[in-house]
Amino acid sequence: MTVRVAIAQCAPALGAFKRNVAMHEEWIGRALSGRARLVVFPELSLTGYYLKDLAGDIACAADDERLKPIADASRRIDVCAGFVERASDARLHIAQGYWSGGRLVHVHRKVYLPTYGIFDDGRYFGPGDRFDVFESAVGPTGLAICEDLWHVSVPYTYAATGATVVLSPASSPGRGVAEGGDLGTAESCRLMDRFYAQYLTLYVLFANRVGHEDGIAFWGGSEVVAPDGTVVARAPEFEEHLLVAEIDPDLVARERDRNPLIRDERPDLVQSHLGRRTGLVRRPDVAVERS
Amino acid sequence: MSVAERIGAIRPDPSDQSPLRIDEALVRKMLVAFLREETKKSGHRRVVVAVSGGVDSAAVAALAAETFGPENVTALFLPYRTSDALSREHARLVAKTFGIALEEIDITPQVDAYLGRLGDVDRVRRGNKMARERKSIEYDRAWPDGLVLGTSNKTELLLGYGTRHGDMACDLNPVGDLYKTQLREMSVLLGVPDVIVRKAPSADLWEGQTDEGELGFTYAQADLILYHLVDRRLRPSELIAAGFDAALVNNIRERVRRSHYKRVMPLIAKVSLRTVGHDFLYPRDWEAD
Repeated sequence: MTVRVAIAQCAPALGAFKRNVAMHEEWIGRALSGRARLVVFPELSLTGYYLKDLAGDIACAADDERLKPIADASRRIDVCAGFVERASDARLHIAQGYWSGGRLVHVHRKVYLPTYGIFDDGRYFGPGDRFDVFESAVGPTGLAICEDLWHVSVPYTYAATGATVVLSPASSPGRGVAEGGDLGTAESCRLMDRFYAQYLTLYVLFANRVGHEDGIAFWGGSEVVAPDGTVVARAPEFEEHLLVAEIDPDLVARERDRNPLIRDERPDLVQSHLGRRTGLVRRPDVAVERS
Repeated sequence: MSVAERIGAIRPDPSDQSPLRIDEALVRKMLVAFLREETKKSGHRRVVVAVSGGVDSAAVAALAAETFGPENVTALFLPYRTSDALSREHARLVAKTFGIALEEIDITPQVDAYLGRLGDVDRVRRGNKMARERKSIEYDRAWPDGLVLGTSNKTELLLGYGTRHGDMACDLNPVGDLYKTQLREMSVLLGVPDVIVRKAPSADLWEGQTDEGELGFTYAQADLILYHLVDRRLRPSELIAAGFDAALVNNIRERVRRSHYKRVMPLIAKVSLRTVGHDFLYPRDWEAD
């Protein structure tokens, strides 16, 4: 039994929360018409990305009334969308929520906040500190927001802790048109998606946005890559697009039977090596507890 | 070959211009989307572009006509009495090629009304005055619902080869991240007439002026050096070791440093708790809910 999913490759308005909620409702309607079980929106889809000082103005708690339309819509279809979370300790986070059955069932806070090149996330936001696998419409799932996915440890940690799907909502700006070829960022992202999918034998859903903010273009190119490395579906670049694809949970089992990399993985060794190196494990001769 | 392989293979080499190659069709798509969206976000419907008869403004005019339709592009040709007759001919050719109506406004009376009282004035200073008079007309003609498009390319911006609040001033610049040679290459795809693409670049601020004559090096040389210094972050010493002319590399590097004040917003003396430009940092595309 396959599960139909949708990726909303949209162009959120910068700093206009209400307009973005209405935009979400419209795309959710389109995903429902396409008979999808889940619709994934890009990073910070409810707020826009280059917020700067707007981040504090537009932030809300994960249980805020303003997110209720999204929760309500999730009675009919699972929704994964991005917002600025004001935590109970007042910290601001780039958050991606997962709503299902009328309620928020999971929130991932972006861990890796880039501050190089055209990025300045770390100035305005605090980092998340968890990589929790949760049950989504497509199975055990981990969320990796944009830069999170560029860190190999993130999809690895998810795969090692039971995920069969990595959802990666992104606000990836297109750049690098010289050097005699196409967009540098697009090629890097495609390489990552395919590599993680094939070598961690899981689905990667890359949900990138389009549109411009302060002269910077987000390039789109959202895609679904299967655990055998096949690109199941890919959206065009620089255009709004509802990408619909079938996820086959059985394919994960088939691929992992054929290629049992995850079964044979030794996270305990990784943990003990890294634990000694970082001082978390004091006795090098004692193996780390298996959980 | 993948981008990663291509980038990995690039070495600084004075005889290898290939790193500057771009995918013109992709860039065209990006620039049209940029103009369309950034104009819409600020609630504007049309644009103003000063067409000089040169390749940069021809490319911008072409992009504008493609994005907004020729009827929403106000093209201005703003000559001074010393302007080359060929500039007028080429400006008209650009307008005709892209179906834009061209309006000519002679800036001589307003420039001379001011400069005439000053006696002998340095030609660079005269050129700056002309550039600022032109821009004042562009902004006037943009009122009330238009935006002024900039035509300064990346080479000019990095070398500081332009007049502050003159040709450098604009609301949106679609070509400011393309080096001169890249923009010239793209203008071919945009359909800019060959005679304009191939002529020697000139600010036409005094008779016989050419950019390359005034700068003392060619755009091809400058672009390649700037590409390695800026885009690839190589040090001048690395370029010199790779065979680039030391005096030229140092000259270009020094031009970039000296002109940096031209590329940033005016400095504001900080005295309060929160200051425009320092720590009052909102995006320009701050949208209404």
